[in-house]
Amino acid sequence: MSRPLWKESAAAISARVRAGEITAVEAMDAGWDGPASLWEHDVHAVVHTDREARHAAAEAAPARGLLAGVPVLVKDNLCTVDYPTTCCSRILAGYHAPYDATVVRRLREAGAVIVGKGNMDEFAMGSSTEFSCYGPTRNPWDLSRVPGGSSGGPAAAVAYGLVPVALGSDTGGSVRQPAAFCGVYGLKPTYGRLSRYGLVAFGSSLDQVGIFARHAGDVATTFAALAGWDEYDATSRPAPAPDVSNWDAGVTGLRFGWPANLWANGVDGAIVDALERSANALERAGGTRVPMEFLPGEYAVAAYYLVATAEASSNLARFDGVRYGLRSSDATDVRSLYVRSRSEGFGPEVRRRILLGTYALSSGYYDAYYLQAQRARTRIRREYARAFESCDFLLLPAAPTLPFRVGEKVDDPLAMYLSDVFTIGANLAGTPGLSVPVGVTPEGLPTAVQLLGPQDGEGALLRAARAIEVNGDVARLPREHEVEASWPGKR
Amino acid sequence: MRIDRDEVRRIAELARLEIADDDAAAVAGQLSGVLDFVATLQQLDLDGCEPSTFAPADAPPREDVPGVRGLDPFAATAAAPESDEGYFVVPPVVENVNP
Amino acid sequence: MAWEAVIGLECHIQLRTRTKMFCECEVVFGDEANSHVCPTCLGLPGALPRLNAGAIRMALRLGLALGCDIRHESQFARKNYFYPDMPKNYQITQYDRPLFEHGTLPVVVEGEAREFALTRIHCEEDAGKSFHPERTGDRSRSRVEFNRAGTPLLELVTEPVLRSPADCAAFLVTLRRLVRALGISDADMEKGQLRCDANVSLRPEGASLLGVKTELKNLNSIKGVERGVAAEIERQRRALDSGERIVQATLLYDADHDKLAIMRTKEQAHDYRYFPDPDLPLLVVSEAELEQARASLPELPWRRVQRFVAQYGLPPYDAAVLGDSRELADYYEECAAGLDPKFVANWLMTEALRAVNERAWDVARWTAQVPAARMADFLGRVARKELPGPLAKQFIGWLADEAGGVDELLARHGVSVKGTAEDLRPIVKAVLDENPGPVAQYLAGKTVTMGFLVGQVMKKSGGQAVPTLAQQLLIEEMAARS
Ligand SMILES: [Mg+2]
Ligand SMILES: [Zn+2]
Repeated sequence: MSRPLWKESAAAISARVRAGEITAVEAMDAGWDGPASLWEHDVHAVVHTDREARHAAAEAAPARGLLAGVPVLVKDNLCTVDYPTTCCSRILAGYHAPYDATVVRRLREAGAVIVGKGNMDEFAMGSSTEFSCYGPTRNPWDLSRVPGGSSGGPAAAVAYGLVPVALGSDTGGSVRQPAAFCGVYGLKPTYGRLSRYGLVAFGSSLDQVGIFARHAGDVATTFAALAGWDEYDATSRPAPAPDVSNWDAGVTGLRFGWPANLWANGVDGAIVDALERSANALERAGGTRVPMEFLPGEYAVAAYYLVATAEASSNLARFDGVRYGLRSSDATDVRSLYVRSRSEGFGPEVRRRILLGTYALSSGYYDAYYLQAQRARTRIRREYARAFESCDFLLLPAAPTLPFRVGEKVDDPLAMYLSDVFTIGANLAGTPGLSVPVGVTPEGLPTAVQLLGPQDGEGALLRAARAIEVNGDVARLPREHEVEASWPGKR
Repeated sequence: MRIDRDEVRRIAELARLEIADDDAAAVAGQLSGVLDFVATLQQLDLDGCEPSTFAPADAPPREDVPGVRGLDPFAATAAAPESDEGYFVVPPVVENVNP
Repeated sequence: MAWEAVIGLECHIQLRTRTKMFCECEVVFGDEANSHVCPTCLGLPGALPRLNAGAIRMALRLGLALGCDIRHESQFARKNYFYPDMPKNYQITQYDRPLFEHGTLPVVVEGEAREFALTRIHCEEDAGKSFHPERTGDRSRSRVEFNRAGTPLLELVTEPVLRSPADCAAFLVTLRRLVRALGISDADMEKGQLRCDANVSLRPEGASLLGVKTELKNLNSIKGVERGVAAEIERQRRALDSGERIVQATLLYDADHDKLAIMRTKEQAHDYRYFPDPDLPLLVVSEAELEQARASLPELPWRRVQRFVAQYGLPPYDAAVLGDSRELADYYEECAAGLDPKFVANWLMTEALRAVNERAWDVARWTAQVPAARMADFLGRVARKELPGPLAKQFIGWLADEAGGVDELLARHGVSVKGTAEDLRPIVKAVLDENPGPVAQYLAGKTVTMGFLVGQVMKKSGGQAVPTLAQQLLIEEMAARS
């Protein structure tokens, strides 16, 4: 008997939609009105959706394309004409964008159905999805824990079967870290590969749209549907995107870097174990382990928190209560309009980062902070380039810990920032990274590893992920049995 | 403490944010903590490392030809908190000239 | 103490592109508010800038014309400040890596050729427009619209090398002539297509250090720049003479009342937090693009003026007037072909331009009404003395206001020209007979009497005599009689 539709891969769904066996509406309802939807209240992955709009979109979707009939949740910082786009911030409450982000447009062109907007840390600033003005998303594996962030909503939605594919954004790990916490695949492509047009900017030189899925092949398919030059994004790259159709071709002959100095201490034992199992799986599949030393991630975190916040302080200046978004009612002149609207509209973490970035750029501090960080960034880029001279990709943790508890790090910015210690470097280097789920701990929490590649190295990352999927442990849907038992139709 | 309360107020002014007096010390402490951490960069050998520039300049330029993504005055002001006859409306500007 | 003024100018030149600097909206002024906007120039969340290659091609023409050093990889930066007509609350401009540095603008000031050194020229985007309470009527509200937001500007900054209001005016006139000749801007100051701020300081004459400067804004005509700078020099002179110190400040010039108002002092100076714009790649200018721009350059106005002096023997002043616009210079050269260039220059500068001014026309209207061929035909006859002076001056009006060739116009106005010696000799003889006194005076050496005698001939001929011919005949006849 085939799997229930809500557990199916995007590939299977689109094949059946194209063949006329099922409709896009059925595919969507399987997730949305099926067993997965029972969790939505507890998990709170979705912040804007609408049954009418979903159905209208599903009915209008063409039954062709790489993602024909595939329901997709997109993070709330990607502009969509049919749902609000608020970045989960009070300052954009009720805002409707008059245009679709390029990636959203391409999803629709590929036959996908946008089902709503995923929860996130406000303006993508956070690593736990606790800083959302709509309230936090919970980890579907353990509701007392965070799903990671900032793309926690899309990651959680894919993990518990609401949708097979979701889009997030990754500025310092915001796709890869929640993917790891939620036990799904999460790809951050090469900078410039997926258009940023319509992605509300956080750190423009670091931001990249990313892809969540429960199967390596679905990541590849979605990447193929979205990648490519966009004339509306001057940082998008005109060279053809790498061909990822050989994601199932195995890893024979590929060398993977093994920078064990990075997890010598401070990394959860379950993750070190996951790294060993993944390395073994890759070796069994014909890959070669290349032990190496690598620059500790703390430098990247330090450079990142200056560059990203500097860019953010400027990117978020446009939220001023003049043309859209929240306007304070007690403004008497333009000055107070700005100050009151921004202070009422931005949450504490966003305010903190705007202040830090403003400081790093301000007169007298620019050289010591912003410029120094950009020089460090050059150094980090060189480290990455050097590493890929001796291997095809690196194997390393996606995050130093398993999902932490809700509230554990909210008041300790630095501790929160350090949960991105393994992911941030790739954003500084502009290179791709992929989180790969590697089984579940005895306590029922997902574990994961991360693969980092050189520029345009997505193909090798996906092949390696697939090899681990086949030769090692794969994640299963969380609480699958409980849910199926509680689903009325199954009794 | 790398940043004191006065510094917080100066930055907040530049960023058009209001920091309550009660919060200024706490914010100063948090920012200083991050800056102390950021100081690890000083241990990194940056000889010969120019500041990174960003996007590769290999995309074809946009030709000077009008496109189709324009908005009409109604759509342009649709999300405005206050608008009138296609204009955005704001409280009076005190500092009177654009620098 | 004798003071010397030191002035630097910052000019903003609005480029005549079809679309804006960083988005594909059309550049149109005077239309309905917010009717030429898009997500990018409205600063909507998620929108991104894309550079207009056409604007850069125009910029290259200016940089080459002024002999600037061209940076092959220049960079866009963000200038951060909050203002309601700035959609993103930062302006995309260039900062420490501008497209052009150095270069000079050759300017003739009061007959003297000067070269004013430039600091830099860079590309940037314009802001939208705010309408403040005094304009909107409602005291509690300002209105903002963004049709101008994102339109392309070149900012040109001079070294502090100008010394007087006249320097400023001549600089701007020359710059305006240049950008028009290059076809990159209409540069009409009243329309804001050319804007100018002036940095003014005074120092003891002969000193080499610079004094404290003030920045003068809101100078929206060439006269306004001249008068505003003069007023500020005067204000500083008076302050310094009475022992006061100059405070670094930004001032607004109110042209209507010839008054200066302090807008902000240095304590309130901005911290713009410039940093490279991560949304835009480096602006790379290739040799091929430069070569193309070089090939597209017209003859530069000052080169043409120099050529008018050298080739046609025109005085520098005449050459400058006729070279003021490409249109007038082209017209002059067409009219002058085959005629005495100085003669043609005189006629165009005095009579034709006067007729243009009297009618409140522009040169284009004149050249359309009186094409060069028609004008040349007319001037040829004047040169060959087939049309007498007073008649010819009257004739200019007929050319301007009526259709038809020279002969047609003569016939229409019932004029027959007494243009030959045979026509005039009887009249000349009669005048000599009737005025023995003046004739005697002339013969006794009082040559000014000739004017009187010519006048009598003109009068007797009903204004249709050619004066030079009349004079020649008078001299001949008197010689024959004495
Ligand atoms: Mg400027
Ligand atoms: Zn536009």
